[in-house]
Amino acid sequence: MLRQREAEGAAETGREPGARRHRAGPHPVMAVPALAFFGVFAFIPLIGVVLLSLVNWDGITDMNWAGLANWAAVLGDPGTYHAIWLSVQVMVLSWLVQTPVSLLLGVLIAAKGRYRAVLGVLYFLPMLLSSAAIAIAFKALLDPNFGMSLAFGVEAFAQDWLGDRDLALYVVVFVIAWQFIPFHTLLYQAGVRQIPGSLYEAAELDGAGRVRQFFHITLPQLRYTIITSSTLMLVGSLTYFDLVFVLTGGGPGNATRLLPLDMYLSGFSSNEMGRASTLAVVLVATGLALALGLSRLTSFRRGSQQEGA
Amino acid sequence: MATRARVNIPGGLAGFLWLLVVLVPVYYVVITSLRSQQGFFSANPLAPPADPTVDSYLLVLDNDFLRYLGNSVLVTGATVAITVTVSLLAAYYVVRGEGRWAGLTYKVFLLGLAIPLQAVIIPVYYLITKARLYDTLLAIILPSAAFAIPLTVVILANFLRDVPSELFESMRMDGAGHWRTVVSLVLPLVKPAVITVAVYDALTVWNGFLFPLILTQSPDQRVLPLALWSYQGQFTVNIPAVLAAVVLSTLPVLALYILGRRQLVSGLTAGFGR
Repeated sequence: MLRQREAEGAAETGREPGARRHRAGPHPVMAVPALAFFGVFAFIPLIGVVLLSLVNWDGITDMNWAGLANWAAVLGDPGTYHAIWLSVQVMVLSWLVQTPVSLLLGVLIAAKGRYRAVLGVLYFLPMLLSSAAIAIAFKALLDPNFGMSLAFGVEAFAQDWLGDRDLALYVVVFVIAWQFIPFHTLLYQAGVRQIPGSLYEAAELDGAGRVRQFFHITLPQLRYTIITSSTLMLVGSLTYFDLVFVLTGGGPGNATRLLPLDMYLSGFSSNEMGRASTLAVVLVATGLALALGLSRLTSFRRGSQQEGA
Repeated sequence: MATRARVNIPGGLAGFLWLLVVLVPVYYVVITSLRSQQGFFSANPLAPPADPTVDSYLLVLDNDFLRYLGNSVLVTGATVAITVTVSLLAAYYVVRGEGRWAGLTYKVFLLGLAIPLQAVIIPVYYLITKARLYDTLLAIILPSAAFAIPLTVVILANFLRDVPSELFESMRMDGAGHWRTVVSLVLPLVKPAVITVAVYDALTVWNGFLFPLILTQSPDQRVLPLALWSYQGQFTVNIPAVLAAVVLSTLPVLALYILGRRQLVSGLTAGFGR
Protein backbone atom coordinates (compact mmCIF):
# COMPACT_ATOMS: atom_id res chain seq x y z
CA MET A 1 0.00 0.00 0.00
CA LEU A 2 2.65 2.43 1.07
CA ARG A 3 4.97 1.21 -1.65
CA GLN A 4 2.28 1.83 -4.18
CA ARG A 5 1.58 5.36 -2.99
CA GLU A 6 5.25 5.99 -3.11
CA ALA A 7 5.48 4.76 -6.67
CA GLU A 8 2.64 7.00 -7.70
CA GLY A 9 4.25 9.90 -5.94
CA ALA A 10 7.49 9.31 -7.72
CA ALA A 11 5.69 9.05 -11.03
CA GLU A 12 3.93 12.34 -10.42
CA THR A 13 7.11 14.20 -9.59
CA GLY A 14 8.68 12.63 -12.65
CA ARG A 15 11.45 10.78 -10.81
CA GLU A 16 13.47 8.01 -12.30
CA PRO A 17 11.99 4.60 -11.49
CA GLY A 18 15.35 3.47 -10.15
CA ALA A 19 15.33 6.15 -7.48
CA ARG A 20 12.54 4.57 -5.52
CA ARG A 21 13.98 1.07 -5.38
CA HIS A 22 16.37 1.89 -2.59
CA ARG A 23 14.39 4.21 -0.39
CA ALA A 24 17.05 6.90 -0.54
CA GLY A 25 17.64 7.82 3.09
CA PRO A 26 19.48 11.01 3.92
CA HIS A 27 23.05 11.26 2.79
CA PRO A 28 25.69 10.46 5.45
CA VAL A 29 27.21 13.88 4.80
CA MET A 30 24.60 15.27 7.19
CA ALA A 31 26.31 13.55 10.09
CA VAL A 32 29.75 14.74 9.07
CA PRO A 33 29.86 18.10 10.91
CA ALA A 34 28.81 16.53 14.20
CA LEU A 35 31.21 13.63 13.75
CA ALA A 36 34.00 16.01 12.79
CA PHE A 37 33.58 18.10 15.95
CA PHE A 38 33.39 15.02 18.05
CA GLY A 39 36.31 13.41 16.28
CA VAL A 40 38.63 16.39 16.53
CA PHE A 41 37.91 17.35 20.13
CA ALA A 42 36.99 14.06 21.77
CA PHE A 43 37.96 10.98 19.82
CA ILE A 44 41.37 11.96 18.44
CA PRO A 45 42.36 13.50 21.82
CA LEU A 46 41.40 10.20 23.39
CA ILE A 47 44.06 8.53 21.26
CA GLY A 48 46.31 11.53 21.73
CA VAL A 49 46.28 11.23 25.48
CA VAL A 50 47.66 7.70 25.23
CA LEU A 51 50.50 8.97 23.04
CA LEU A 52 51.13 11.93 25.33
CA SER A 53 51.50 9.53 28.24
CA LEU A 54 54.62 8.28 26.47
CA VAL A 55 56.43 11.62 26.20
CA ASN A 56 58.04 14.17 28.43
CA TRP A 57 56.44 17.55 27.88
CA ASP A 58 56.21 20.67 30.00
CA GLY A 59 53.33 22.11 28.00
CA ILE A 60 55.40 24.72 26.19
CA THR A 61 58.72 23.49 24.78
CA ASP A 62 59.26 20.47 22.54
CA MET A 63 58.26 17.01 23.59
CA ASN A 64 60.64 14.15 23.82
CA TRP A 65 60.02 10.45 23.89
CA ALA A 66 59.85 8.93 27.33
CA GLY A 67 58.65 5.44 26.61
CA LEU A 68 57.06 3.91 29.66
CA ALA A 69 58.87 6.18 32.11
CA ASN A 70 55.71 8.11 32.98
CA TRP A 71 53.83 4.90 33.55
CA ALA A 72 56.56 3.55 35.79
CA ALA A 73 56.59 6.82 37.73
CA VAL A 74 52.82 7.01 38.09
CA LEU A 75 52.40 3.37 39.05
CA GLY A 76 55.30 3.57 41.49
CA ASP A 77 53.96 6.69 43.19
CA PRO A 78 51.93 6.20 46.38
CA GLY A 79 50.27 9.54 45.55
CA THR A 80 48.53 7.90 42.61
CA TYR A 81 46.99 5.21 44.78
CA HIS A 82 46.02 7.81 47.33
CA ALA A 83 44.19 9.79 44.62
CA ILE A 84 42.49 6.66 43.29
CA TRP A 85 41.48 5.62 46.78
CA LEU A 86 40.01 9.06 47.46
CA SER A 87 38.11 8.93 44.18
CA VAL A 88 36.73 5.50 45.01
CA GLN A 89 35.67 6.70 48.47
CA VAL A 90 33.92 9.72 46.98
CA MET A 91 32.25 7.54 44.37
CA VAL A 92 30.89 5.03 46.88
CA LEU A 93 29.90 7.61 49.50
CA SER A 94 28.25 9.80 46.87
CA TRP A 95 26.21 6.89 45.62
CA LEU A 96 25.20 5.89 49.16
CA VAL A 97 24.11 9.43 50.01
CA GLN A 98 22.58 10.57 46.74
CA THR A 99 20.62 7.51 45.66
CA PRO A 100 18.25 7.12 48.63
CA VAL A 101 17.73 10.85 49.01
CA SER A 102 16.99 11.49 45.33
CA LEU A 103 14.79 8.41 45.12
CA LEU A 104 12.68 9.44 48.11
CA LEU A 105 12.50 13.05 47.01
CA GLY A 106 11.54 11.97 43.49
CA VAL A 107 8.74 9.83 44.85
CA LEU A 108 7.63 12.61 47.16
CA ILE A 109 7.33 15.36 44.59
CA ALA A 110 5.90 13.08 41.93
CA ALA A 111 3.05 12.11 44.24
CA LYS A 112 2.23 15.37 45.95
CA GLY A 113 -0.15 17.69 44.17
CA ARG A 114 -0.50 21.01 45.87
CA TYR A 115 3.03 22.13 46.57
CA ARG A 116 4.68 20.24 43.79
CA ALA A 117 5.23 23.25 41.55
CA VAL A 118 6.78 25.37 44.31
CA LEU A 119 8.88 22.50 45.62
CA GLY A 120 9.95 21.68 42.08
CA VAL A 121 11.34 25.17 41.54
CA LEU A 122 13.11 25.33 44.90
CA TYR A 123 14.48 21.78 44.92
CA PHE A 124 16.09 22.22 41.52
CA LEU A 125 17.77 25.50 42.37
CA PRO A 126 21.25 23.95 42.85
CA MET A 127 21.10 22.63 39.30
CA LEU A 128 21.36 26.18 38.01
CA LEU A 129 24.41 27.23 39.95
CA SER A 130 27.89 26.76 38.59
CA SER A 131 30.28 24.57 40.54
CA ALA A 132 32.42 27.65 41.12
CA ALA A 133 29.47 29.51 42.66
CA ILE A 134 28.52 26.55 44.84
CA ALA A 135 32.08 26.03 46.03
CA ILE A 136 32.49 29.71 46.90
CA ALA A 137 29.16 29.80 48.74
CA PHE A 138 30.00 26.75 50.86
CA LYS A 139 33.50 27.94 51.51
CA ALA A 140 32.07 31.10 53.05
CA LEU A 141 29.28 29.27 54.83
CA LEU A 142 31.64 26.75 56.43
CA ASP A 143 34.33 29.24 57.39
CA PRO A 144 35.05 28.94 61.11
CA ASN A 145 35.56 32.68 61.49
CA PHE A 146 32.45 34.10 59.92
CA GLY A 147 30.30 31.26 58.55
CA MET A 148 27.24 29.62 60.02
CA SER A 149 29.37 28.28 62.86
CA LEU A 150 28.72 31.59 64.57
CA ALA A 151 25.00 31.53 63.98
CA PHE A 152 23.73 29.10 66.57
CA GLY A 153 26.39 29.28 69.21
CA VAL A 154 26.55 25.51 69.00
CA GLU A 155 30.01 24.10 69.60
CA ALA A 156 29.53 21.29 67.07
CA PHE A 157 29.14 23.75 64.21
CA ALA A 158 32.24 25.71 65.10
CA GLN A 159 34.54 23.37 63.23
CA ASP A 160 37.15 24.17 60.69
CA TRP A 161 35.22 21.95 58.29
CA LEU A 162 37.47 22.35 55.29
CA GLY A 163 40.71 22.70 57.22
CA ASP A 164 40.40 19.37 59.00
CA ARG A 165 42.07 16.45 57.23
CA ASP A 166 39.53 13.97 58.52
CA LEU A 167 36.47 16.05 57.74
CA ALA A 168 37.29 17.69 54.41
CA LEU A 169 36.48 14.65 52.27
CA TYR A 170 33.05 14.25 53.89
CA VAL A 171 32.36 17.93 53.35
CA VAL A 172 33.26 17.48 49.69
CA VAL A 173 30.87 14.52 49.45
CA PHE A 174 28.13 16.61 51.08
CA VAL A 175 28.59 19.58 48.74
CA ILE A 176 28.66 17.26 45.72
CA ALA A 177 25.41 15.72 46.94
CA TRP A 178 23.92 19.19 47.36
CA GLN A 179 24.79 19.96 43.76
CA PHE A 180 23.72 16.71 42.11
CA ILE A 181 20.75 15.39 44.10
CA PRO A 182 18.35 17.74 42.27
CA PHE A 183 19.24 16.26 38.90
CA HIS A 184 18.74 12.70 40.10
CA THR A 185 15.53 13.68 41.86
CA LEU A 186 14.33 14.85 38.48
CA LEU A 187 15.10 11.46 36.94
CA TYR A 188 13.27 9.61 39.71
CA GLN A 189 10.32 11.98 39.54
CA ALA A 190 10.01 11.18 35.83
CA GLY A 191 10.34 7.46 36.53
CA VAL A 192 7.62 7.53 39.17
CA ARG A 193 5.25 9.41 36.88
CA GLN A 194 5.51 6.59 34.35
CA ILE A 195 4.31 3.96 36.79
CA PRO A 196 0.72 3.05 35.89
CA GLY A 197 -1.69 4.26 38.58
CA SER A 198 -3.69 1.05 38.20
CA LEU A 199 -0.93 -0.84 40.04
CA TYR A 200 -1.50 1.32 43.11
CA GLU A 201 -5.27 1.02 42.85
CA ALA A 202 -4.99 -2.74 42.78
CA ALA A 203 -2.64 -2.69 45.76
CA GLU A 204 -5.01 -0.41 47.62
CA LEU A 205 -7.86 -2.88 47.07
CA ASP A 206 -5.66 -5.63 48.41
CA GLY A 207 -5.14 -3.54 51.51
CA ALA A 208 -1.43 -2.85 50.97
CA GLY A 209 -0.19 0.11 52.99
CA ARG A 210 2.09 2.88 51.82
CA VAL A 211 5.27 1.12 52.86
CA ARG A 212 4.33 -2.13 51.15
CA GLN A 213 3.34 -0.23 48.03
CA PHE A 214 6.72 1.48 48.02
CA PHE A 215 8.69 -1.74 48.30
CA HIS A 216 6.49 -3.90 46.09
CA ILE A 217 5.48 -1.48 43.34
CA THR A 218 7.49 1.73 43.30
CA LEU A 219 10.93 0.26 43.87
CA PRO A 220 10.71 -2.62 41.35
CA GLN A 221 9.11 -0.36 38.77
CA LEU A 222 11.96 2.10 39.17
CA ARG A 223 14.70 -0.45 38.54
CA TYR A 224 15.74 1.02 35.19
CA THR A 225 15.70 4.53 36.58
CA ILE A 226 17.91 3.34 39.41
CA ILE A 227 20.37 1.84 36.93
CA THR A 228 20.39 4.95 34.71
CA SER A 229 20.81 7.29 37.63
CA SER A 230 23.49 5.14 39.25
CA THR A 231 25.45 4.90 36.01
CA LEU A 232 25.43 8.65 35.56
CA MET A 233 26.32 9.09 39.22
CA LEU A 234 29.20 6.61 39.36
CA VAL A 235 30.76 7.58 36.05
CA GLY A 236 30.16 11.24 36.81
CA SER A 237 31.89 10.96 40.16
CA LEU A 238 35.18 10.34 38.34
CA THR A 239 34.93 13.79 36.82
CA TYR A 240 34.34 15.92 39.90
CA PHE A 241 36.86 18.60 39.36
CA ASP A 242 35.77 22.23 39.41
CA LEU A 243 33.87 21.97 42.67
CA VAL A 244 36.77 20.39 44.54
CA PHE A 245 39.29 22.64 42.83
CA VAL A 246 37.57 25.79 44.06
CA LEU A 247 36.40 24.39 47.40
CA THR A 248 39.60 22.85 48.74
CA GLY A 249 42.18 22.89 45.95
CA GLY A 250 42.97 19.31 47.01
CA GLY A 251 43.82 20.25 50.58
CA PRO A 252 44.32 20.27 53.44
CA GLY A 253 47.54 18.51 52.54
CA ASN A 254 46.39 16.04 49.92
CA ALA A 255 43.22 15.06 51.78
CA THR A 256 40.90 15.86 48.87
CA ARG A 257 43.29 15.48 45.94
CA LEU A 258 40.98 13.29 43.88
CA LEU A 259 42.17 11.68 40.66
CA PRO A 260 41.02 14.43 38.23
CA LEU A 261 42.50 17.09 40.49
CA ASP A 262 45.75 15.13 40.75
CA MET A 263 45.81 15.08 36.96
CA TYR A 264 45.20 18.82 36.65
CA LEU A 265 47.78 19.74 39.25
CA SER A 266 50.41 17.42 37.71
CA GLY A 267 49.84 18.87 34.26
CA PHE A 268 49.08 22.51 34.70
CA SER A 269 50.75 23.34 38.02
CA SER A 270 53.79 21.07 37.94
CA ASN A 271 54.07 21.19 34.12
CA GLU A 272 54.39 17.44 33.83
CA MET A 273 52.01 16.82 30.93
CA GLY A 274 53.28 13.28 30.36
CA ARG A 275 52.52 12.27 33.90
CA ALA A 276 49.16 14.03 33.74
CA SER A 277 48.30 12.23 30.51
CA THR A 278 49.10 8.91 32.14
CA LEU A 279 46.70 9.75 34.95
CA ALA A 280 44.13 10.77 32.36
CA VAL A 281 44.41 7.37 30.70
CA VAL A 282 43.86 5.70 34.06
CA LEU A 283 40.83 7.95 34.55
CA VAL A 284 39.21 7.26 31.21
CA ALA A 285 39.91 3.53 31.39
CA THR A 286 38.19 3.35 34.77
CA GLY A 287 35.25 5.40 33.52
CA LEU A 288 34.75 3.35 30.38
CA ALA A 289 35.05 0.06 32.25
CA LEU A 290 32.45 1.27 34.74
CA ALA A 291 30.09 2.50 32.04
CA LEU A 292 30.38 -0.68 29.99
CA GLY A 293 29.99 -2.88 33.06
CA LEU A 294 26.89 -1.04 34.15
CA SER A 295 25.39 -0.97 30.68
CA ARG A 296 25.58 -4.77 30.71
CA LEU A 297 22.93 -4.63 33.40
CA THR A 298 20.62 -2.89 30.99
CA SER A 299 20.91 -2.13 27.31
CA PHE A 300 21.09 1.53 28.35
CA ARG A 301 17.76 2.58 26.96
CA ARG A 302 16.62 0.87 23.84
CA GLY A 303 15.69 -2.51 25.27
CA SER A 304 14.61 -1.34 28.66
CA GLN A 305 12.14 1.21 27.43
CA GLN A 306 9.18 -0.94 26.53
CA GLU A 307 9.76 -3.67 29.03
CA GLY A 308 9.42 -1.63 32.19
CA ALA A 309 6.50 0.46 31.03
CA MET B 1 -2.17 8.91 41.52
CA ALA B 2 -5.23 10.45 43.09
CA THR B 3 -5.61 7.45 45.34
CA ARG B 4 -2.52 8.43 47.28
CA ALA B 5 -3.82 11.77 48.50
CA ARG B 6 -3.48 10.86 52.17
CA VAL B 7 -1.14 13.12 54.08
CA ASN B 8 2.32 11.65 54.32
CA ILE B 9 3.77 13.12 57.50
CA PRO B 10 7.26 11.53 57.57
CA GLY B 11 7.60 12.23 53.86
CA GLY B 12 6.54 15.82 54.30
CA LEU B 13 9.00 16.30 57.15
CA ALA B 14 11.85 14.82 55.15
CA GLY B 15 10.92 16.99 52.21
CA PHE B 16 10.88 20.07 54.43
CA LEU B 17 14.27 19.14 55.88
CA TRP B 18 15.78 18.88 52.42
CA LEU B 19 14.23 22.20 51.53
CA LEU B 20 16.15 23.72 54.44
CA VAL B 21 19.37 22.08 53.26
CA VAL B 22 18.84 23.59 49.83
CA LEU B 23 17.71 27.01 50.95
CA VAL B 24 19.98 27.85 53.89
CA PRO B 25 23.13 28.23 51.74
CA VAL B 26 21.20 30.21 49.14
CA TYR B 27 19.73 32.46 51.85
CA TYR B 28 23.18 32.91 53.42
CA VAL B 29 24.69 33.98 50.11
CA VAL B 30 21.96 36.51 49.40
CA ILE B 31 21.87 38.17 52.82
CA THR B 32 25.66 38.22 53.12
CA SER B 33 25.98 39.90 49.75
CA LEU B 34 23.82 42.72 51.13
CA ARG B 35 25.99 43.31 54.19
CA SER B 36 28.50 46.06 54.62
CA GLN B 37 32.01 44.94 55.43
CA GLN B 38 31.75 46.09 59.04
CA GLY B 39 28.35 44.49 59.46
CA PHE B 40 29.77 41.29 58.06
CA PHE B 41 32.20 40.61 60.88
CA SER B 42 29.98 41.67 63.75
CA ALA B 43 26.60 40.25 62.82
CA ASN B 44 25.05 36.84 63.29
CA PRO B 45 25.66 35.31 59.84
CA LEU B 46 22.12 34.01 59.45
CA ALA B 47 20.28 37.10 60.70
CA PRO B 48 19.14 39.62 58.08
CA PRO B 49 21.55 42.54 57.71
CA ALA B 50 20.80 45.50 59.98
CA ASP B 51 22.06 47.93 57.37
CA PRO B 52 21.43 46.37 53.94
CA THR B 53 23.57 47.89 51.19
CA VAL B 54 24.25 47.22 47.53
CA ASP B 55 27.82 48.51 47.74
CA SER B 56 29.19 45.04 47.06
CA TYR B 57 27.16 44.79 43.87
CA LEU B 58 28.43 48.18 42.71
CA LEU B 59 31.99 47.13 43.47
CA VAL B 60 31.65 43.96 41.42
CA LEU B 61 29.99 45.79 38.53
CA ASP B 62 32.87 48.25 38.65
CA ASN B 63 35.28 45.35 38.29
CA ASP B 64 34.48 44.26 34.74
CA PHE B 65 31.53 42.07 35.64
CA LEU B 66 29.64 43.15 32.52
CA ARG B 67 32.55 42.22 30.28
CA TYR B 68 32.65 38.71 31.76
CA LEU B 69 28.89 38.49 31.38
CA GLY B 70 29.24 39.47 27.73
CA ASN B 71 31.91 36.81 27.19
CA SER B 72 29.69 34.18 28.78
CA VAL B 73 26.72 35.19 26.64
CA LEU B 74 28.85 35.06 23.51
CA VAL B 75 30.44 31.70 24.32
CA THR B 76 27.13 30.13 25.36
CA GLY B 77 25.19 31.49 22.39
CA ALA B 78 27.75 30.41 19.81
CA THR B 79 28.23 26.98 21.36
CA VAL B 80 24.52 26.25 21.52
CA ALA B 81 23.96 27.46 17.95
CA ILE B 82 26.72 25.20 16.61
CA THR B 83 25.71 22.24 18.75
CA VAL B 84 22.03 22.29 17.90
CA THR B 85 22.57 22.82 14.18
CA VAL B 86 25.04 20.00 13.62
CA SER B 87 23.29 17.68 16.08
CA LEU B 88 19.93 18.08 14.39
CA LEU B 89 21.40 17.10 11.03
CA ALA B 90 23.18 14.14 12.60
CA ALA B 91 20.05 13.03 14.45
CA TYR B 92 18.04 13.16 11.25
CA TYR B 93 20.63 11.00 9.52
CA VAL B 94 20.78 8.58 12.43
CA VAL B 95 17.02 8.06 12.47
CA ARG B 96 16.21 8.17 8.76
CA GLY B 97 19.50 6.98 7.31
CA GLU B 98 19.85 3.52 5.86
CA GLY B 99 22.45 0.85 6.14
CA ARG B 100 24.86 0.16 8.90
CA TRP B 101 26.49 3.59 8.95
CA ALA B 102 23.46 5.25 10.49
CA GLY B 103 23.38 2.72 13.32
CA LEU B 104 27.11 2.98 13.78
CA THR B 105 26.95 6.77 13.95
CA TYR B 106 24.36 6.53 16.71
CA LYS B 107 26.59 4.12 18.62
CA VAL B 108 29.53 6.48 18.31
CA PHE B 109 27.56 9.26 19.97
CA LEU B 110 26.14 6.93 22.58
CA LEU B 111 29.65 5.85 23.48
CA GLY B 112 30.76 9.47 23.33
CA LEU B 113 28.54 10.18 26.32
CA ALA B 114 30.99 8.22 28.42
CA ILE B 115 34.10 10.22 27.50
CA PRO B 116 34.92 12.54 30.38
CA LEU B 117 36.10 16.01 29.50
CA GLN B 118 38.98 15.75 31.94
CA ALA B 119 40.43 12.75 30.17
CA VAL B 120 41.12 14.62 26.95
CA ILE B 121 41.90 18.07 28.28
CA ILE B 122 45.66 17.80 27.71
CA PRO B 123 45.47 16.81 24.02
CA VAL B 124 42.78 19.45 23.54
CA TYR B 125 45.12 22.01 25.10
CA TYR B 126 47.81 20.84 22.69
CA LEU B 127 45.48 21.11 19.68
CA ILE B 128 44.23 24.55 20.66
CA THR B 129 47.76 25.82 21.18
CA LYS B 130 48.89 24.40 17.83
CA ALA B 131 45.90 25.98 16.10
CA ARG B 132 46.91 29.31 17.66
CA LEU B 133 43.55 29.62 19.32
CA TYR B 134 44.86 29.64 22.88
CA ASP B 135 43.41 32.47 24.98
CA THR B 136 40.53 33.20 22.62
CA LEU B 137 36.84 32.66 23.17
CA LEU B 138 36.82 30.31 20.18
CA ALA B 139 39.10 28.03 22.18
CA ILE B 140 36.23 27.54 24.62
CA ILE B 141 33.45 27.40 22.03
CA LEU B 142 34.79 24.62 19.80
CA PRO B 143 35.53 21.94 22.42
CA SER B 144 32.43 22.87 24.42
CA ALA B 145 30.30 22.26 21.33
CA ALA B 146 32.08 18.98 20.69
CA PHE B 147 31.26 17.74 24.18
CA ALA B 148 27.65 18.88 24.03
CA ILE B 149 27.03 17.10 20.73
CA PRO B 150 26.70 13.44 21.85
CA LEU B 151 23.91 14.02 24.37
CA THR B 152 22.16 16.46 22.01
CA VAL B 153 22.21 13.96 19.16
CA VAL B 154 20.99 11.11 21.38
CA ILE B 155 18.08 13.12 22.80
CA LEU B 156 17.04 14.53 19.42
CA ALA B 157 17.31 11.11 17.78
CA ASN B 158 15.17 9.49 20.47
CA PHE B 159 12.61 12.21 19.94
CA LEU B 160 12.71 11.91 16.13
CA ARG B 161 12.13 8.16 16.27
CA ASP B 162 8.60 8.84 17.47
CA VAL B 163 7.74 10.86 14.37
CA PRO B 164 5.62 8.62 12.12
CA SER B 165 7.53 7.75 8.97
CA GLU B 166 4.46 8.53 6.83
CA LEU B 167 5.20 12.18 7.40
CA PHE B 168 8.65 11.78 5.90
CA GLU B 169 7.25 9.72 3.03
CA SER B 170 4.69 12.33 2.10
CA MET B 171 7.36 15.00 2.33
CA ARG B 172 9.36 13.03 -0.18
CA MET B 173 6.39 12.57 -2.42
CA ASP B 174 5.99 16.31 -2.52
CA GLY B 175 9.47 16.35 -3.95
CA ALA B 176 11.29 17.77 -0.96
CA GLY B 177 14.97 16.97 -0.63
CA HIS B 178 16.56 16.09 2.69
CA TRP B 179 17.67 19.60 3.50
CA ARG B 180 14.15 20.87 2.81
CA THR B 181 12.75 18.06 4.97
CA VAL B 182 14.97 19.06 7.85
CA VAL B 183 14.00 22.71 7.65
CA SER B 184 10.28 22.44 7.04
CA LEU B 185 9.36 19.13 8.70
CA VAL B 186 11.95 18.04 11.25
CA LEU B 187 12.66 21.43 12.79
CA PRO B 188 9.03 22.34 13.57
CA LEU B 189 8.31 18.82 14.83
CA VAL B 190 11.24 18.61 17.20
CA LYS B 191 11.01 22.20 18.37
CA PRO B 192 10.16 21.23 21.98
CA ALA B 193 13.10 18.83 22.10
CA VAL B 194 15.37 21.42 20.51
CA ILE B 195 14.41 24.00 23.12
CA THR B 196 15.03 21.47 25.87
CA VAL B 197 18.48 20.44 24.71
CA ALA B 198 19.37 24.03 23.91
CA VAL B 199 18.50 25.09 27.45
CA TYR B 200 20.36 22.12 28.90
CA ASP B 201 23.44 22.72 26.73
CA ALA B 202 23.33 26.42 27.54
CA LEU B 203 23.29 25.66 31.25
CA THR B 204 26.25 23.31 30.93
CA VAL B 205 28.33 25.70 28.86
CA TRP B 206 27.36 28.72 30.96
CA ASN B 207 28.61 26.92 34.07
CA GLY B 208 31.60 25.32 32.37
CA PHE B 209 34.86 25.80 34.23
CA LEU B 210 37.56 23.45 32.99
CA PHE B 211 37.83 24.54 29.34
CA PRO B 212 37.96 28.25 30.22
CA LEU B 213 40.44 27.56 33.02
CA ILE B 214 42.85 25.71 30.79
CA LEU B 215 42.29 27.25 27.37
CA THR B 216 42.21 30.94 28.26
CA GLN B 217 44.42 33.09 30.38
CA SER B 218 43.89 36.83 30.11
CA PRO B 219 41.14 38.72 31.96
CA ASP B 220 39.79 39.87 28.57
CA GLN B 221 38.71 36.34 27.75
CA ARG B 222 37.34 35.46 31.16
CA VAL B 223 33.88 33.90 31.42
CA LEU B 224 31.70 34.09 34.52
CA PRO B 225 32.64 30.94 36.48
CA LEU B 226 36.28 31.83 36.05
CA ALA B 227 35.54 35.42 37.00
CA LEU B 228 33.98 34.21 40.26
CA TRP B 229 37.11 32.27 40.99
CA SER B 230 39.32 35.27 40.28
CA TYR B 231 37.11 37.61 42.34
CA GLN B 232 37.71 35.21 45.17
CA GLY B 233 41.42 35.80 44.86
CA GLN B 234 41.01 39.52 44.33
CA PHE B 235 38.61 40.26 47.20
CA THR B 236 40.01 37.78 49.70
CA VAL B 237 38.79 39.72 52.74
CA ASN B 238 35.68 41.12 51.10
CA ILE B 239 33.36 38.13 51.30
CA PRO B 240 30.19 40.17 50.65
CA ALA B 241 31.65 41.28 47.30
CA VAL B 242 32.53 37.71 46.28
CA LEU B 243 29.03 36.54 47.18
CA ALA B 244 27.47 39.48 45.34
CA ALA B 245 29.33 38.25 42.26
CA VAL B 246 27.89 34.79 42.88
CA VAL B 247 24.36 36.22 43.01
CA LEU B 248 24.89 38.35 39.90
CA SER B 249 26.27 35.42 37.94
CA THR B 250 23.22 33.35 38.81
CA LEU B 251 20.53 35.88 37.90
CA PRO B 252 20.59 35.32 34.11
CA VAL B 253 20.28 31.55 34.54
CA LEU B 254 17.51 31.98 37.06
CA ALA B 255 15.58 34.13 34.59
CA LEU B 256 16.08 31.55 31.85
CA TYR B 257 14.99 28.77 34.20
CA ILE B 258 11.82 30.52 35.29
CA LEU B 259 10.90 31.13 31.65
CA GLY B 260 11.69 27.64 30.40
CA ARG B 261 11.27 25.43 33.46
CA ARG B 262 8.32 23.38 32.25
CA GLN B 263 9.99 22.82 28.92
CA LEU B 264 13.32 21.90 30.44
CA VAL B 265 11.98 19.51 33.03
CA SER B 266 9.49 17.71 30.79
CA GLY B 267 11.93 17.51 27.92
CA LEU B 268 14.78 16.26 30.05
CA THR B 269 12.75 13.54 31.65
CA ALA B 270 11.45 12.46 28.24
CA GLY B 271 15.00 12.49 26.90
CA PHE B 272 16.45 10.30 29.57
CA GLY B 273 13.27 8.40 30.28
CA ARG B 274 14.24 5.22 31.89
